[in-house]
Amino acid sequence: MSAGLNDNELIEKVIRGDHQAYAGLVQRYQSYVFTLTLRMIKNREEAEEVAQDVFIKAYKYLADFRGEAKFSTWLYTIVNNTCISFLRKKKPTIHSLDDERVFLAADRSVNGNRQDSLEQKSVHAVLTEAILRLGHDDAEIITLFYKHEQTLDEISRILGVEVNTAKVRLHRARIRLKEKMETHYATEIKDLI
Amino acid sequence: MNTNLQMEERLWAYIDGHVSGTEKSGVEALIAEQAAWREKYQELLAMHSSLQLTELEEPSLRFSKNVMEEISRLQIAPATKTYINKKIVAGIGIFFISLLAAILIYGFSQMDFSSPGSAQIEITLEKIDISKFFNNTLINVFLMINVLLGLVLLDFYLSNKRNLYRKDTR
Repeated sequence: MSAGLNDNELIEKVIRGDHQAYAGLVQRYQSYVFTLTLRMIKNREEAEEVAQDVFIKAYKYLADFRGEAKFSTWLYTIVNNTCISFLRKKKPTIHSLDDERVFLAADRSVNGNRQDSLEQKSVHAVLTEAILRLGHDDAEIITLFYKHEQTLDEISRILGVEVNTAKVRLHRARIRLKEKMETHYATEIKDLI
Repeated sequence: MNTNLQMEERLWAYIDGHVSGTEKSGVEALIAEQAAWREKYQELLAMHSSLQLTELEEPSLRFSKNVMEEISRLQIAPATKTYINKKIVAGIGIFFISLLAAILIYGFSQMDFSSPGSAQIEITLEKIDISKFFNNTLINVFLMINVLLGLVLLDFYLSNKRNLYRKDTR
């Protein structure tokens, strides 16, 4: 039905009044948007709520999409702004060192024997966990660059920064990701390399 | 430590393909000749490949349905460009620029550049009578309007806070 249409054709249909065509866009981008919101917000329920909000906002202001950039770039700008305003409104949660110990203990108990889990845990799972431990800015830029296949030029447009700033941010995010992996998943890294 | 970071930075740029021809051959030579560079390159390349292969997260099955239900109640807002006329915005800009230019031209035309007055202006604070300005009815009205606007904004801010609090506690 809408599978063969490209983003701009689908948008055209939606603007002309075929609001069911929007389902095609939602299905095409829901995983990308949800991954991005989850990595920024770090809570599944809240991330899903925010992702829904993103699609609702995108629908409301669809007429403002002029097609100068890719639809995904425009959509991720909404993701970025919606996540930032959600995180600003959200009361800060204070984690004590005890919480960190509880988190680690729970992590171990879920995975059972640590040694077994090291063998079972896939590289992807380790990376996903490590990304979730990053700050939202770092998690966002890594997700945009690797999962959404956005160029640095598009990323800089989404984040509203210069291309060089985006480049530096990406570099720093990767350093911090490596540090997280070395701190929390030292043994798994051996499998990775 | 700094050298290590610089090495990583150059290697990441090389892996991402953000390097010029000379830099590319320079990094390639370093990788070929130096074991430390080769080792770091392999390490970063493995991380890069793994990051590319990480899977996307899937939302719940009802996600798409929820969005479609929500948007069925909404209407697409008209494009901003249809109700913001650029000519009007430009007209307002031209009006204020002309106003500023007129004030400046008038001000400069009133100045007597030929008079050899001293560069320092003597101001005697005791001689300044501010009472005639502050007794002015227009100033009082202006202040009252400002106080009123301040109260309206405060009310707006507090009611927003109250609504947010209610939403959070619901």
